[in-house]
Amino acid sequence: MTGTRAPAAATPLQGTAVPRGRPKASPTAPPRSFVWTRRIVLTLLAVFAATPLLVMLSSSLKPLQDVSGGFRWIPTRVTVSPYLDIWSTVPLADYFVNSLIVAGSATGASVLIATFAAYAVSRYRFRGKRLFTVTILSTQMFPGILFLLPLFLIFVNLGNATGIALYGSRGALIVTYLTFTLPFSVWMLIGYFDSIPRDLDEAALTDGCGPLGALFRVVVPAAVPGIVAVAVYSFMTAWGEVLFASVMTNEATRTLAIGLQGYSTQTQVYWNQVMAASLVASVPVVAGFLLLQRYLVTGLTAGAVK
Amino acid sequence: MTTLSPPGTSRTEDEPGPPGKGPEHVRRRRILPDRLRRAGLPYLLLLPALILEILIHLAPMAVGVVMSFKELTQEYIRNWDLAPWAGTDNFRIAVDVNAPVGEALLDSFLITCAFTVLAVGLAWLLGVTAAILMQETFRGRGLLRALFLTPYALPVYTAVITWSFLLQRDDGMVNHVIHDQLGLTDSEPFWLIGDNSFIALVVVSVWRTWPFAFLILMAALQNIPRELYEAAQVDGAGIRQQIRRITLPSLRPVNQVLVLVLFLWTFNDFNVPYILFGKSAPEAADLISIHIYQSSFVTWDFGSGSAMSVLLLLFLLVVTGCYLLATGRGRKAR
Repeated sequence: MTGTRAPAAATPLQGTAVPRGRPKASPTAPPRSFVWTRRIVLTLLAVFAATPLLVMLSSSLKPLQDVSGGFRWIPTRVTVSPYLDIWSTVPLADYFVNSLIVAGSATGASVLIATFAAYAVSRYRFRGKRLFTVTILSTQMFPGILFLLPLFLIFVNLGNATGIALYGSRGALIVTYLTFTLPFSVWMLIGYFDSIPRDLDEAALTDGCGPLGALFRVVVPAAVPGIVAVAVYSFMTAWGEVLFASVMTNEATRTLAIGLQGYSTQTQVYWNQVMAASLVASVPVVAGFLLLQRYLVTGLTAGAVK
Repeated sequence: MTTLSPPGTSRTEDEPGPPGKGPEHVRRRRILPDRLRRAGLPYLLLLPALILEILIHLAPMAVGVVMSFKELTQEYIRNWDLAPWAGTDNFRIAVDVNAPVGEALLDSFLITCAFTVLAVGLAWLLGVTAAILMQETFRGRGLLRALFLTPYALPVYTAVITWSFLLQRDDGMVNHVIHDQLGLTDSEPFWLIGDNSFIALVVVSVWRTWPFAFLILMAALQNIPRELYEAAQVDGAGIRQQIRRITLPSLRPVNQVLVLVLFLWTFNDFNVPYILFGKSAPEAADLISIHIYQSSFVTWDFGSGSAMSVLLLLFLLVVTGCYLLATGRGRKAR
C-alpha cells in the first residue's frame, strides 16, 4: 500500500516523541491526542463491525434450546450439530451448487465481456463512444424493481412462445446478474486500461500481434489487479443478489439467497442452523474478498477513484 | 443504435491485423478492408455488452413504460398483449394523495427519503473517519481493515439474517444488552415491527454500506501525494489542519461519485428491508422498492406497480441530473 513505513507511528505509545527531532523516516508521526482519538474511534467501529459476526459464530455453535429464550454471549454448551443438521433440514448443498454455478458463470462472462468493451473504449476512437459509456453507466442507476416486472413477464412470455423454460432457469439468472455487474466492471476497467501506457500495446501491434493479441498478451496481464477487482465485485454481487432470485428461481434452481429462508417454519426458527448456514454461505465470498482485497484497493486506486 | 460494419470485414482476431492507430505502412496493400476493419473492431468488441444491456435493461425498461399504461391484472399475466389500455389511470391513482393508494405511496416515498439521507450520511461519515484515521500505518492496521471490510463482503442475506436474529425481541442480543444488561428500557422493545423498525433499518443499512465508503476513500487517499503532508508539516500545520486543507479537498471528486452511488443504492435498497421484515414491511420502514414489489407481486397488479416504477425512475433521473449539474461532473464525464 503506501510504501512509506512510519516506525514511530506504528507504536502509539511513543507518541510524545517529537517528530522533527527524527530523521526523515517518520515525518508524519502523529501527536498523542490523535493517537488516542484514533484508538477510541477505531475500537468503537471495530465493536460495531464485529458484534454481529461474533454472535453469528457463537450462535451457530449452540444447541437449539440455547438460542431461543434469552441471549447469552458465551455458549454454555458448545456443539457442532447445527453444522451437520443444516444439510438435511433444507437441501443446502443443492442451493450452494446453484449459487456457485450462477455466480461463477456470471462472473466469468462479465469479466470477459467487460474486458472487450473497456478495451474498445480505452484504446479506440469511434463514433458513439460517449453514447455507449453514458448509456451503460446510466443503467446502473435503474432500480432493480423497475425492470424486475417486465423482465419477469418477458421471460414468462418468451418461454411460452418458444417452449424453452427461461423463467426459473439458471441461464436466465446468469444473464441477468451478468448485466448487473457489467456497467461497473466496464467503467472500472476503462479507468484501469487508461492507466496502462499505450506504448505497451502499440509495441505489440508493431510486432505483429493483432488487436486481440495485444489485448490478451499485453494489456490483460498488465491489468490483472483491475480484472481481479472486477471479478471479485461481480462474484459478490451475483452471490448475494436476492430480489431477482426470489422471483426467477424455482425449487430446482434456488440459490442460497432464497434457500436460507427455509430454516424457519410457521412456529419456529432454527436460529442456530440459520447462523451456521449463513456462515457456510458467507465463507467463500468473505475469504475470497479478504484474500483479494489488496487487488481491489489497487484496482480502485488506479481505476475507479481517479 | 450504433452501426456495425459488415461482419466479414471486421473479423481480425486471427490474423495479424492493423495497428489500432499505429503506423499506416504496415499493410498498405489492402488499405480499404483494413480501414473498415479498424472502424468495425471497436463496435465488435462492444457488441456483447451492448446486446446484453439492451436485452436485459433497456428493453424491459421500455416494456415497463408500456405496461404502466395498461390494466395489467392477474388474468392478463400470461397474455399481456390482451390487457386493455388504461391510459394514465395507473399514474393518476399513484399520485392521488387523497386516495389510499397514493397516500401510501407518498408515505413510503417520504420514509425512503428520510432513510436515505440518514443512512448515506452516516455511512459516509463512518467511512471517511475510518479512512483518515487509518491513512498512516500502525500495528494491526491490516487486521482492522479486514474486519471493517467483512460486513461489506458478507452476502447481504446472511448479514441481514444475522441482524434480524440480533433484533429479535425475546432471543436477541440487542434487547439483552439494552434491557437485561444496561437496564435502559422498562420492557423489551420490538425492533422488527412498529416505529423502531425504522431505526433498525438505518443501523443495518449503515453497518453494511459504510465499509464500501471506507474502501473507496481508502483507495482515494492513496492517490494523495505524501509530499503535500510533509510540506504542510514543515509549514507547521497540525493534523486537524492537514485533514481540512489537504485530505478533504483532495477527496472531493471521489466524494461526489461516492455519495451519488450510495444514494442510488440506498434509495433503491430492496434486500435489507425484504430480508429484515419479510414480504410485508412495517409502515415505518416501508421503503419504496418494497412498496412497489408488494403492489405488484402480492396484489398482482402489474400495471399500477409499473406506473410507480416509472415515477420512481423519473424522480431518480431528475435528482441525479440535478446532482451532476450542481457538482459540475456531467461535462467531465467521458
